[in-house]
Amino acid sequence: MNKTYAGFAALIALGLIAPYSGVYPIFLMKALCFALFACAFNLLLGFTGLLSFGHAAFFGTAGYALGYSVKQWGFSPEFGILFAVAFAALLGWLIGSLAIRRQGIYFAMITLALAQMIYFICLQAKFTGAEDGLQGVPRGTLFGFIDLSSDIATYYLVFALFITGFLLIYRTVHSPFGQVLKAIRENEARALSLGYDVDKYKLLAFVISAGLAGMAGATKTLVLGFETLTDVNWPQSGEVVLMTLIGGIGTIFGPVVGAFFITTMENELADKVGSWVQVILGATFVICVLAFRRGIVGELSALFSRKKSANAD
Amino acid sequence: MEIFGVPIQAFLGQLLLGLVNGSFYAMLSLGLAVIFGLLNIINFSHGALYMMGAYVAFLALDLLGLGFWWSLALAPLLVGGFGMLIERLLMRWIYKLDHLYGLLLTFGLALMIEGVYRYFFGVSGQPYPVPDLLRGATNLGFMILPNYRGFVVLASLVICLGTWYVIERTRLGAYLRAGTENPLLAQAFGVNVPLMVTLTFGFGVGLAAIGGVLAAPIIQINPLMGSNIIITVFAVVVIGGMGSIIGSIVTGLGLGVIEGLTKVYYSEASSTVVFVIMAIVLLVRPAGLFGREK
Repeated sequence: MNKTYAGFAALIALGLIAPYSGVYPIFLMKALCFALFACAFNLLLGFTGLLSFGHAAFFGTAGYALGYSVKQWGFSPEFGILFAVAFAALLGWLIGSLAIRRQGIYFAMITLALAQMIYFICLQAKFTGAEDGLQGVPRGTLFGFIDLSSDIATYYLVFALFITGFLLIYRTVHSPFGQVLKAIRENEARALSLGYDVDKYKLLAFVISAGLAGMAGATKTLVLGFETLTDVNWPQSGEVVLMTLIGGIGTIFGPVVGAFFITTMENELADKVGSWVQVILGATFVICVLAFRRGIVGELSALFSRKKSANAD
Repeated sequence: MEIFGVPIQAFLGQLLLGLVNGSFYAMLSLGLAVIFGLLNIINFSHGALYMMGAYVAFLALDLLGLGFWWSLALAPLLVGGFGMLIERLLMRWIYKLDHLYGLLLTFGLALMIEGVYRYFFGVSGQPYPVPDLLRGATNLGFMILPNYRGFVVLASLVICLGTWYVIERTRLGAYLRAGTENPLLAQAFGVNVPLMVTLTFGFGVGLAAIGGVLAAPIIQINPLMGSNIIITVFAVVVIGGMGSIIGSIVTGLGLGVIEGLTKVYYSEASSTVVFVIMAIVLLVRPAGLFGREK
């Protein structure tokens, strides 16, 4: 436990000083949004054992919900984010209640297919601006007095939202509810036979995950000021899987590490290798699955505990 | 003459187009189902391999001057061989793991294949000529049937039914079914299961490649054609269930037709109708139309 609290302290300290480290603030904010997205996704895959291949649907539609409500209806940023999270959670409830009717590999295919349906709806609908996307979303003024036009102010908002989401997930995982989720991951039939309403638990986990993924997407739109179809499309769903996989499925800090890793990699590579980025991402997937399934954080903690047991001998 | 306010020519034209698309759905979902049966892996790269089949046709004509009929034989061999290589080199290592890792591995492969083709061919489409023998159209009296489209539907039916025959009625198929049912026991009876697995994967991939060649003259060949179709095929698989071969064929063709007719009556919904049907099937019959509850 102490190790986890030390990790929290380090994470918060790092987050607080990060904007003064000389790193481009927009990049930091984007990476934090993806980190929250990956943590939300990990709640499902890592702690409930459900592989959703359609999380871009929540990430992207929440981005549109925020963009539209702020730009067209004049919502303040805080209400825009609340609205977007509620929207994503509702969509999560709809998609989740369909998807949990099948298990395992079918669950993944169903979430992917339903997310693709959402993509086509976004492609055709008027309010998304179709191929052009939603442009010129204003950041506005938070709570009526914090002007978000400065990157520093926005950064701390993003960081606060990230920490809120992160702690919420941590709390969820370590609550009695989270224990049931883990029981479902380990042995669904047994959890059912112990009298737990497995479907209800899975659905609630799905809705929480979708809502938080929505918070990440909404925040990203607020930061960048635009939303496009890329965020609802299936490669985005794949990317969040990769972030979680490379950081460590089922670890608390893994998705954060993975999100920063992938975002940095894409940032660095985009200018240098052009369309080979996709090939490199694909190869990373293959390597992770074949040889690196515990991910960065998983491998590190395995190394750590091996050392500890070696010292004890 | 009109059907529900649509001229019969347009109606039949879309019906045929739906059947053509449905043929591709059927061939791809059949390949997915055969592979899943023995390997327990949902092959996400199936779409990418279908795209590779189309490019074999394109390159064979462009570089070697080999026509459509050559490609029809060449593509399944080349792409199937490539698939077997992937199986031997990569998939072999993850059979003992959760199914989900198979999906992730093949997803990565799909990204890699698509990325490489995008690098060499961009995202714009390449045209491919209809083979001489099948140019033109036949007047059936009630409609004008473009010969090539009719051929695609027939060819895919023959291929799918041939697959059904091999799996359900031959000794080789019996081995395959035994391996699907209980690989350990099949091996104990002297069936070389690892070899079967490799060949089965190659066969499923070969089906996808033939699909790609057949699609080449109808659609513009482009690197994204695989990922465009594979998600719809996943929905087809969920709707039909992977238990039965005939089920895959019927579901594939049926959904193609429904999609085609949606284009006639309410074209805005044509890209989503398959997913809506999937949602309805999940509500009414979660195991799929032809599936068995596991």
